[in-house]
Amino acid sequence: MRRVPFLIVAVIAAFLLSLALPWSSISELLQEDSSLALAVFVELRLPRALLALIYGATLGASGAAIQALFANPLASPDLTGTTSGAALGAVVTAYLLEFSSPLALSGGAVLGAVAALGLLLALAGSRAETSTLLLAGLAISALAGALTTLALALAPSPFAFYDAYDWLMGSLVDRSLSQALFALLPALLCIVLLLRQVEPLDRLSLGEESAQAMGYNLRRTRLWVVAMSALGVGGCVAICGAIGFVGLVAPIFARKLTHGHPGRAIIPAALLGSLLLLAADLAVRMAPLGRTLPIGVVTAMLGAPFFLFLVLRMRRSLAS
Amino acid sequence: MTPLLDARGIAVERRLEPTDLIVQAGELVGVIGPNGAGKTSLLRALAGIELRQGRATIDGEAVASAPPPRRMRLLGFLPATRSLVWPISARDVIGLGLTGPDAGRIEELIDLLELRVFADRPVNSLSTGERSRVLFARALAARPRVLLLDEPLSNLDPYWVLRTLEILEKAIAATNCAVLASLHNLEQMLAFSRVLLLDGGRVIADELPGEMLASETLGQAFRIERNGTAWQVRAAPQS
Repeated sequence: MRRVPFLIVAVIAAFLLSLALPWSSISELLQEDSSLALAVFVELRLPRALLALIYGATLGASGAAIQALFANPLASPDLTGTTSGAALGAVVTAYLLEFSSPLALSGGAVLGAVAALGLLLALAGSRAETSTLLLAGLAISALAGALTTLALALAPSPFAFYDAYDWLMGSLVDRSLSQALFALLPALLCIVLLLRQVEPLDRLSLGEESAQAMGYNLRRTRLWVVAMSALGVGGCVAICGAIGFVGLVAPIFARKLTHGHPGRAIIPAALLGSLLLLAADLAVRMAPLGRTLPIGVVTAMLGAPFFLFLVLRMRRSLAS
Repeated sequence: MTPLLDARGIAVERRLEPTDLIVQAGELVGVIGPNGAGKTSLLRALAGIELRQGRATIDGEAVASAPPPRRMRLLGFLPATRSLVWPISARDVIGLGLTGPDAGRIEELIDLLELRVFADRPVNSLSTGERSRVLFARALAARPRVLLLDEPLSNLDPYWVLRTLEILEKAIAATNCAVLASLHNLEQMLAFSRVLLLDGGRVIADELPGEMLASETLGQAFRIERNGTAWQVRAAPQS
């Protein structure tokens, strides 16, 4: 935890770099038209950097809480099913209602995320046991994923297909400041309220029975963590689409800073999540490919090998 | 005299019939019974884990409604499972049993349970017996009024079985607490001051250890009988 101040400095530095780079285009604009340069900052770069900061922090914090809750280092916020629900909501909105404006997609995604969360809580029942929540989340993810694929297969037009597909890839590009603020509110609520669960989540590392015997209400903790993760991630997915692996990777590194304690890893995981997404966005922006790659593709391409490395390491440790 | 632990009508669906139990301060109570008799359910219910029927109090305070810091001072619970997922050091695991930072208490328990050699190693890399000692230290950490221990002597070598019993006796002498511990080895009950025999989710006998060992009820519950100094399986009833 002593390294948290360094992480904060690194996140601030990455945020400023995200605003400034590439510098050449901004310096040219400053010489020609300073008001246009300001507009580029405020309308284009600031929302993008803010969204990377917010989305990354939400994924990191939710990932840490979900991994602590399920006592599984390979769990991620996607397990609540809300990411898939949001994706389905956006695609259905784009196809059935023939709206493909960012606001309509976001609205559809919010409805999809809320519906997925409602279904998850209904399926988990009043006891809301960990295994029931996990299985219900997986079932909702699978169902929403299948329905999204079906919707893509039945695309009414190539344009609708492209809009939906582009959104599904996850991107921080061309989002407005008001959209960034739309994601900020649920994200802040999610992180602040997850921080109230640090103590029970740390005690949960001793096992569910021990935590309950210490007086912690695990049913409340489970519902709280799942609902807050769904709210925060659902809000971000609604604006930027699904971005994978940050919620899986950031908590794993964060726990190295907390000596394995899963609950108190929430803050470092939020900072690392922001750092990872800001860095990934900078890499996307600076890559000499001629066009901007969807950031979701980049995080998945970097995250999947890391995931495989973890699986192999777990296999080796099980074998020994 | 107000009992230290007073349980009235505590029950767990399909596991434990409504049970009344009174334990006085200073008692070291063994809980025995065949597999599925309800030993773990009784300990869990006393610890307030998912207790939906009945009421248990410690020092007159309701267990189920006591919030975390208070509950940790009322009772220490050692679950039967010794598996831990996260790579937290043994020292930090003991710290999780405390209500606030207390480095002195952690060091005291590390010395008491002889954990110094692996105190800074992740618990999930320790042997089951070593993990048992770490988790036992964690249960003792907050100096609770009642210790509820599910099979505390399992996975331990003979030295640690004897040391654990000695530590429990010293804890009782020092703080006037009470201990309830489930057991499988019938000979170990002689180290206890009182023994509860459970079968079919009910307490069917509550006696001194010597009387319990000699009782016919014990043999019937476990379907075993004495053959000199050893136990043997009872002859199967004729069908």
